[in-house]
Amino acid sequence: MIQFNNIHKRFGKLTVLDGLDLDIKKGGIFAVLGPNGSGKTTLIKCLLGMVIPNKGDIRFEGKSVLKKWEYRDNLNYLPQIANFPPNLSVIELINMVKNLRPKNSNEEELIQLFGLKSFLNKKLGNLSGGTKQKVNIVLTFMFDSDLIILDEPTTGLDPIALIHLKELIQKEKDNGKTILITTHIMSVVEELADEIVFLLDGKIYFKGSIDALKKQTDNENLEHAIANLISKQYA
Amino acid sequence: MLKILKYSFYDLMRSRWSYVYFIFYLILGFVLLFLNNDVNKAVITLMNIIIVLTPLIGTIFGVMYYYNSREFTELLLAQPINRKKIFMGQYLGISISLTLSLVLGLGIPFLLYGLLKSAAIFNFSLLLIVGAFLNFIFVALSYNIALSTENKIKGFGYAILMWLFLAVIYDGIFLISLVIFNDYPLDKFSLIATMLNPIDLSRILILLKLDISALLGYTGAVFRKFFGTGFGMLVSMSILIFWVIIPVFRINQKLKKKDF
Amino acid sequence: MHTKILLFFLFITFTISAKQIEVCSNCTIKTIKEAIEIAEDGDEIYLKKGIYKENNIIINKSISLIGEEGAVIDGEDAGGIIIFEADNFTIRNLKIINVGMSYTIDYAAIKVIKATNFTIEDCILENVFFGLLIEKSKKGIIRNNSISGTRKSEASSGNGIHIWDGSEMEVYNNELYGLRDGIYFEFVKKSVVFENTSRENIRYGLHFMFSNNNIYHHNIFRNNGAGVAVMFSKFITMHNNIFELNWGSASYGLLLKEIYDAEIYDNLFQENTIGINGEGCTRINYTNNTFLRNGWAIKIAGACYTNIFVNNDFMHNSLDLSYNTKIHDNKFDNNYWSEYTGYDLDNDGIGDVPYRPVKLFSYVVNQTPEALVLLRSLFVDIINFSEKVSPVFTPDNLMDSNPLMKKNNDSI
Repeated sequence: MIQFNNIHKRFGKLTVLDGLDLDIKKGGIFAVLGPNGSGKTTLIKCLLGMVIPNKGDIRFEGKSVLKKWEYRDNLNYLPQIANFPPNLSVIELINMVKNLRPKNSNEEELIQLFGLKSFLNKKLGNLSGGTKQKVNIVLTFMFDSDLIILDEPTTGLDPIALIHLKELIQKEKDNGKTILITTHIMSVVEELADEIVFLLDGKIYFKGSIDALKKQTDNENLEHAIANLISKQYA
Repeated sequence: MLKILKYSFYDLMRSRWSYVYFIFYLILGFVLLFLNNDVNKAVITLMNIIIVLTPLIGTIFGVMYYYNSREFTELLLAQPINRKKIFMGQYLGISISLTLSLVLGLGIPFLLYGLLKSAAIFNFSLLLIVGAFLNFIFVALSYNIALSTENKIKGFGYAILMWLFLAVIYDGIFLISLVIFNDYPLDKFSLIATMLNPIDLSRILILLKLDISALLGYTGAVFRKFFGTGFGMLVSMSILIFWVIIPVFRINQKLKKKDF
Repeated sequence: MHTKILLFFLFITFTISAKQIEVCSNCTIKTIKEAIEIAEDGDEIYLKKGIYKENNIIINKSISLIGEEGAVIDGEDAGGIIIFEADNFTIRNLKIINVGMSYTIDYAAIKVIKATNFTIEDCILENVFFGLLIEKSKKGIIRNNSISGTRKSEASSGNGIHIWDGSEMEVYNNELYGLRDGIYFEFVKKSVVFENTSRENIRYGLHFMFSNNNIYHHNIFRNNGAGVAVMFSKFITMHNNIFELNWGSASYGLLLKEIYDAEIYDNLFQENTIGINGEGCTRINYTNNTFLRNGWAIKIAGACYTNIFVNNDFMHNSLDLSYNTKIHDNKFDNNYWSEYTGYDLDNDGIGDVPYRPVKLFSYVVNQTPEALVLLRSLFVDIINFSEKVSPVFTPDNLMDSNPLMKKNNDSI
């Protein structure tokens, strides 16, 4: 479904992606992991067209995405930081995004799920960080797309919302969606991910199932397995 | 683009600062007209304020809006919309809402005063047109700065510096070079130097109406040809339009390579 | 016998003086020159409707030359048309067109030489080189005429009413346009010029040279090279005139050069490049004038002493006053300045802080005219302000200590 071919990206002198190749098949949950600054967000942003690679090609559903924008109609993205125009109300924002994207949406259900009903007419500037993140999640999941990209989706969520989120992700997976998640919370990875993509030095250092990772690093605990991978960077 | 424009505009129109800005002009208009009772004097005072203040406010609003809505812009960027349209929508949203504050803020007191009967209507509309141009120019310039500067504080600093340079320092350098090179023919130089600064250009446009008798006192042939005819007005207006188009064009060029 | 002859001659004279000579294409007398040939002192020559293509008509008899409506004398650009060299004559209701141009001879529609007691009225002079050229004459009345030219340059054009060496002239209710100077006085004294309109002339609307003790009032000078130029003259009174729209690099509402003891009051100077330009003016009182939206209201260029400006209104001029010297011997008091930003705490109608009409910027513009493009720029406001706080370049005693809070004239 997604192919990254020889992606290079530099920010000034700092090389973030260095000839990265990655192939993601349709269906399932993929956790993109890696130490801080390993290029997880950059990779995702390249796919989203927000960061423009210096070299290489990215294909989504068989077509190159560079300099295009129409393909984004078939993917949903949850950004890391939820910050919205402070003078719009929640419902206005939802309507705006719907307006921008004339596609079927099921926001009602999600609003119900995250208990946002009473916030609908509040201004976004007056909401807490957690509530904003819930709005963020609603905006992401309300459209029916084949690819869902979640950048640190758990930030600021209370335990109940977290449970709902996990259920939501699971449900989408069962619907045959492809889901990319970046996170530092290993329990989430362990619980949800079908496959792990581990980035290091701007390349894919590991790609495979959790079991395969545990086996490779000879470590039963995922957290330690990951730490083991990261420590190689410092070695 | 229109959708983005609509929401940026909507967002800004509800912001406290738009109201402050609007009310400032409203009060200014009322004070100048009703305490002073002299439309000509009011127009001159307004000119002095508009050519300094609209660029400043345009600059500040521009950078502020850019940096404050950075995360939201990212959300928009992930939507199936062309980048260009997102930024042009935001740009137009800011420029139009600022222009609306200006036009309504000053327009209401002038209408109440009975401007339509007064002969100052032309000067007054020129003021508003120039004010609108300055909004569009300086929002575009500040967006250029913001797009090129990741650091918010730095971006803000550069933007204010740009305003200070164009509003004050430029004229200082200009005047000093005129005085130093007094012995050389300077009329082409001074005309070009005027064109290169949108604030100076706007000032000249208004002067063409208010102080034409003084401007004609100048001997240089190029100068007189320029100021003496409708040609001057036409050229100034078109260059003002260029001052909008070029920064907007550069925004779009910058966007093609920009990483968010 | 002697008395009988005398009586006879008196009778003859009487009948002749009452004589009217009609001229027209069907009359017995067909040309003006013929009519003049047979005319005696006191006769009236009546030109009936028609075009008379004549020029160089020399008249040295005290007669009246009167035209019917539609009587036109066409000089066909050949030279001067009428030359009067007599006392007690009248010219009325003539239309004279197409005076020849020359770089050496001053051709005029009507030239008057050494005349006393004459009247020129209700005439239309078109496409003239000089209109009326009056030399060594006195007690003339010139009224209700319209004089115009179509010349393009100063050298190829003449003046509308040109008086050289005259006195006790009255020039009023004339309209003059498209000439070099509308009205030109050289060595003319004790004369008045009023209610004339002089416009679109290449040089001056009204011009005095070496002419003392004259008055002009209630005239309109519009869109001339300069409205009025008063040079090398004494005791001129100027009041209730309108000087407007005199635009250009050397354009003034009123140009004063080497003049003494003048009174200038109740005039309106509106939208001129320079309202009043003074060089070498001494003992001049400027009272109750209005300076509205001029480039410079007043420009003083050297050697001006004891000029007193009281009760004038300075309104919305780009620059109120320009001074090119640091020596200052003129007085400004009780004027209204629209730029004044002071306050009046004791409410006596007079501002509590003095007003300084000379700004640093006007000093700079004097040195570097191109700097004018920076008019009303923020930087200029800043340097003006600093100069106001501590004068360095401008005369620090040049100020109006009692600026008025309200303007004197409500008319504008």
